[in-house]
Amino acid sequence: MDIHEYQAKEILEGYGVKIAEGGLAYSPEDAVQRAREIGGSVWAVKAQIHSGARGKAGGVKICFTHEEVEAAAESMLGKRLVTHQTGPEGKICSRLYIEAGTDIEKELYFSFLVDRSEERIVMVGSSQGGMEIEELAENNPDAIKKIYIDPAVGLLDFQAREMAFELGLDATQISHAVKFIRGCYCAMRELDANMLEVNPLVVTKSGELITLDAKMGFDDNALFRRPKVMELRDKTQEHPQEMAAADRGLSYVGLDGDIGCMINGAGLAMATMDMIKLAGGEPANFLDVGGGASAERTEKAFRLVLADKGVKAMLVNIFAGINRCDWIAEGVVHAVKKIDMKIPLIVRLSGTNVEEGRKIIAESGLPIITATTLAEAAEKAVLARNEQVAKEGAA
Amino acid sequence: MAILINKDTRMIVQGFTGKIGTFHAQDMMNYGSNVVGGVTPGKGGQTHLDRPVFNTVRESVEQEGAEASIIFVPPAFAADSIMEAAEAGIKYCVSITDGIPTQDMMKVKQFLRKFPKKDRMILTGPNCAGTITPGQAMLGIMPGHIYQSGIVGVVGRSGTLGYEAADQMRELGIGISTSVGIGGDPINGSSHRDIFEKFEEDDETKLILMIGEIGGPQEVEAGVYAAKHMNKPVVAYIAGLTAPKGRRMGHAGAIISSAGESAAEKVEMLQDLGVTIAPTPSAMGETIAKVLAKM
Repeated sequence: MDIHEYQAKEILEGYGVKIAEGGLAYSPEDAVQRAREIGGSVWAVKAQIHSGARGKAGGVKICFTHEEVEAAAESMLGKRLVTHQTGPEGKICSRLYIEAGTDIEKELYFSFLVDRSEERIVMVGSSQGGMEIEELAENNPDAIKKIYIDPAVGLLDFQAREMAFELGLDATQISHAVKFIRGCYCAMRELDANMLEVNPLVVTKSGELITLDAKMGFDDNALFRRPKVMELRDKTQEHPQEMAAADRGLSYVGLDGDIGCMINGAGLAMATMDMIKLAGGEPANFLDVGGGASAERTEKAFRLVLADKGVKAMLVNIFAGINRCDWIAEGVVHAVKKIDMKIPLIVRLSGTNVEEGRKIIAESGLPIITATTLAEAAEKAVLARNEQVAKEGAA
Repeated sequence: MAILINKDTRMIVQGFTGKIGTFHAQDMMNYGSNVVGGVTPGKGGQTHLDRPVFNTVRESVEQEGAEASIIFVPPAFAADSIMEAAEAGIKYCVSITDGIPTQDMMKVKQFLRKFPKKDRMILTGPNCAGTITPGQAMLGIMPGHIYQSGIVGVVGRSGTLGYEAADQMRELGIGISTSVGIGGDPINGSSHRDIFEKFEEDDETKLILMIGEIGGPQEVEAGVYAAKHMNKPVVAYIAGLTAPKGRRMGHAGAIISSAGESAAEKVEMLQDLGVTIAPTPSAMGETIAKVLAKM
């Protein structure tokens, strides 16, 4: 789960990390009011969306008058901002963070991430902040310093000092840097974050260390024990169908194609999507219905797939292990009857009780196309999709 | 031979008396697994499925000589159960539980490292379908009947995609020495590479099938290991050619977050390392058949 910049900053401030003065605004009037309260003569107006690279998308503006603050706020609020991380549909901006301008001497990069290879938290820093870490890794990999944290003893002060020196900070700044790094580490550990990125971390002209942008992501598996983090969830930033799926205990990811999928198991789901692509089609979604797919769950999954109006054919691929094909078949028949499907349905069943399952589909009297192998299922789905498109085109 | 489990392996079930534990313990016994008991704290002394219930894993090791365990404990308590098994002297543990927090798994891995390698419990999973040595024993939740006994060692992240592979192989008359699910989580007990090491040592296994997916470095690490240290051929399929960057595809670990983690990149790197790639998920069986024919 991701949170907004202002939320990450609030968390970090609670851990002793220094941030610039700022406040939240929901309207242009709010924004001007915040700028007044903050005072000074330079403000940053920042769109709060769950994405990085907001600057390039017009989501961060530096303003020198209250009028400029108001105009910047108007240009962002209620708009969908498109960055290379949001996908073409963008993300709606309904909150702004108004922040005091900072006199920047130097921009640094700092983060804590989970390193899957080392199975540890890794601290990453670079004296060249501001650009994205992927860019930096490509252009100047030597400028990136990584320090691994031993889970048994946690972050050690000497590691924080080593990083601070690596970032090019001078002797007077080291103790502040250690405090900053320790604060970030504690936030990461105590809240079950799986990433915490401060980019840029700036050194001001007066030598202060300030967190100018902050991003935190949390481990979904740990949210059950982090109710305070859960409260920070902003559903407007999530894909509506993915959210509906999550609420129903299904795992769904919307994609650009038009062949809807319902599959059990994440690996088989990805493999089925690959087969659709290889057969010349494009999957409309990833959907894992999981192990115990009851009739009720199957119906919910069907509704979810069909809520995407662009879907021209639907492929069900179930390999029953814990499940039984006859139960799945009953669920499918029940769902098709109840929903009144207007598009072709292709069903491939395999595994436990497969014969009984196929019999139920065959005897249902419904126009369900069946397949026995994965390849056959994908080919039939693409064929049915093409026929459906032709039919709709003619009508 | 096979690896990790055989017909004699003395197994216990952690989370034995719960609904899911009961169902799968019965299924494992029906398959022929040597289940000697189970653990449910507070229910020690009772009998369940004609087997003794223990309060602690240690008691099951002391009284029944338990060697392997399977975990059906809810995610909040699963890491603790894994560490209890390791401390009690269990040699091999499968964690079926899905949804264990990443930081808990880091703790588990750290805890396991404190044992010298020869005494260290092997963990596979979490979030996996378990392990099966066809015709002998099953420590998992898979449909045992689709697995035929033979000479191909299988290691994969996904449960159902593993079933798909086993089914394709059976259709072609190809059997499996042992099939190991390593699970879909970002931090897991054993990597593809760890299981490769076991298969390389096993006389019965002649060829290895790796079923990988997007996200993380483990498939390529295993490929590098195979190129340097193994004599047995490796066939691989990598799922997720159509998966977009930065989106989680079901498994917590199935997310392309940095260079080298997409299916296309992994396939290219594995090919360079001499691994034979099954070009599509429906070609896993026939690709293995081709490689076997040349041996």
